Amino acid sequence: MSGRRKKTKQVETEMKVKITWKEIKRQKVLLFWSAIIVIYGFIFCYLPLGGWLMAFQNYKPAKGLFHSEFVGMDKFIRLFSDETFIRVIRNTLAMGVINLVVTFVMAILFAILLNEIRQRRTKKVIQTISYLPHFLSWIIVTGILHDALSGSGIVNEILKNLNLTEHSVDFFAHPSYFWPIVAFANVWKETGWNAIIYLSAITAIDPSLYEAAAIDGAGRLAKIKHVTLPGIKSTIIILLLMNVGNVLNAGFEIQYLLGNGLVKSVSETIDIYVLKWGISQGDYAIGTAAGIFKSIVSILLIVIANQVAKRSGEERLY
Amino acid sequence: MENTENKKRRRKKSSNADIAFTVFNSIFMIIFVIVTLYPVLNTLAISFNDGTDALRGGIHLFPRKFTLKNYTTVLEKNNLVTGAIVTVARTVIGTLTALLANAILAFIVSRPRFMFRKQLSLFWVVTMYVNGGLIPTFILFKGLGLTNSFWVYIIPGMLSAFNMLVIRTYMNGLPDSLVESAQLDGAGYTTIFIKIISPLCKPVYATVALFVAVGQWNSWFDAMLYNRMSSEYTTLQYELMKLLSSVTSTQGASAETMKNAVGAVTPVSVRAAATIITMLPIICIYPFLQKYFVTGLTLGGVKE
Repeated sequence: MSGRRKKTKQVETEMKVKITWKEIKRQKVLLFWSAIIVIYGFIFCYLPLGGWLMAFQNYKPAKGLFHSEFVGMDKFIRLFSDETFIRVIRNTLAMGVINLVVTFVMAILFAILLNEIRQRRTKKVIQTISYLPHFLSWIIVTGILHDALSGSGIVNEILKNLNLTEHSVDFFAHPSYFWPIVAFANVWKETGWNAIIYLSAITAIDPSLYEAAAIDGAGRLAKIKHVTLPGIKSTIIILLLMNVGNVLNAGFEIQYLLGNGLVKSVSETIDIYVLKWGISQGDYAIGTAAGIFKSIVSILLIVIANQVAKRSGEERLY
Repeated sequence: MENTENKKRRRKKSSNADIAFTVFNSIFMIIFVIVTLYPVLNTLAISFNDGTDALRGGIHLFPRKFTLKNYTTVLEKNNLVTGAIVTVARTVIGTLTALLANAILAFIVSRPRFMFRKQLSLFWVVTMYVNGGLIPTFILFKGLGLTNSFWVYIIPGMLSAFNMLVIRTYMNGLPDSLVESAQLDGAGYTTIFIKIISPLCKPVYATVALFVAVGQWNSWFDAMLYNRMSSEYTTLQYELMKLLSSVTSTQGASAETMKNAVGAVTPVSVRAAATIITMLPIICIYPFLQKYFVTGLTLGGVKE
């Protein structure tokens, strides 16, 4: 991959620069802007980390971070004895994993199939159409879903015409439909976008490999199996590992927008729990504790994924 | 005669699987395109259809009872117009400032001689993985006076490690000789950044600008969380969200009462019109920027 090449180049040009007055004077513009950027980063990215203290306190906004009473792990104990929180973890993990697997498989499948289309113009048009949903907000996507799945929507119409159901199915009233709907929405929105990177990996495969396979009498399916898939294997593994760390991040907007009282038990995720307890109920400590739990699990997942990547001999992720 | 017949049959046999594959592939792509486009075209049809008529259902790709009433209703709603102005403002200002800030940071950390290049890179890459979370951030913004303010859309998200990495990767790939010869001519870092590096970085700048602009255009959560109380800073997507929840909450009510209550427009038809207006700028722009986001994604995918 081109990244590897660039890396070696960078190592070569990297110089050991001694910090001297002359050097500082030479780099004063860089240092000036760095200082501003570090101050900015400290305020907006690192200062909130100090807020984690709240999770160990009986935090009262009036008293502030420095005068609130410390209660140790109390909030975490309360958190984990809350049945809702356990359910929320389950929902987050379940939807995260389902979405990861489904969007992943669909993106690879779409990229491979699109690559097999011979007419360049058709290919280009389909690809352009496939990006479209990525640029739409979740607000629009959930609006569209509501229309399509409503009583008079297209999905119920098709089901009725096929005589699969007599009465309209109320898709948003049954908990068992919620996860599949979320998975479908993710596939609808991101398949074309996620396929971009696989398509560019496929273009990088040496064409002579296909020619050799053709001489050996391979059909199109055999070529996909023996040339295309092995050719994009490393891209697949890197992206899979990169996304594992994001499993817990996969759940806020759509669940918040699509969820309702009837499907609460399967729709609420950790982020929604934080928002509900922290902002709406004003219990900052519990909200922060839940947020900390999520961050730590995410970081653990990333570290594990990175270790796996190293073991399997792929490029490290960070 | 028989010989050629045989040959033909054999060729047919070996290509039978290929033909089946082509057929399967074509069907797959046709379904894919229909599933992708239908909901958008259906919304378009509903937006041009009489609201009460649309409640009967059965509208697919074309309006049955054509009207522009839904659009005029949207344009008469003050909150939607305010939302549109704020959204355009945040998209333009937010994109320009974010691009400038990320470009400066990327430029600094891609200078081989810069004494803190490693430390500064690390300082930002860490923020990709660790952050304070919703509540501490909310309290901080409140403390900084960023709630009930337009600037909450611009300032906090200005720098992002991901966008910085995309630009940095691109800058690292530029030939060093250009910068070196300029330095020999006595050019300072500011001149090098403006006159030499930035013109070469146009493709990657376009990519990052697109990412930021789409994010700005589509975001609603910050408007809801920080500016709920100040309607003058509402955004288009947030107003659209409110329309959506009003639609879902009235869905329980019978269609009959709704017909009597609202006349020719219904929440569903007004929302369809607002959705189309919100989508339109993006749909018009993105096809022309394809080559930029494809390079951007490939650069970003190969993280260092």
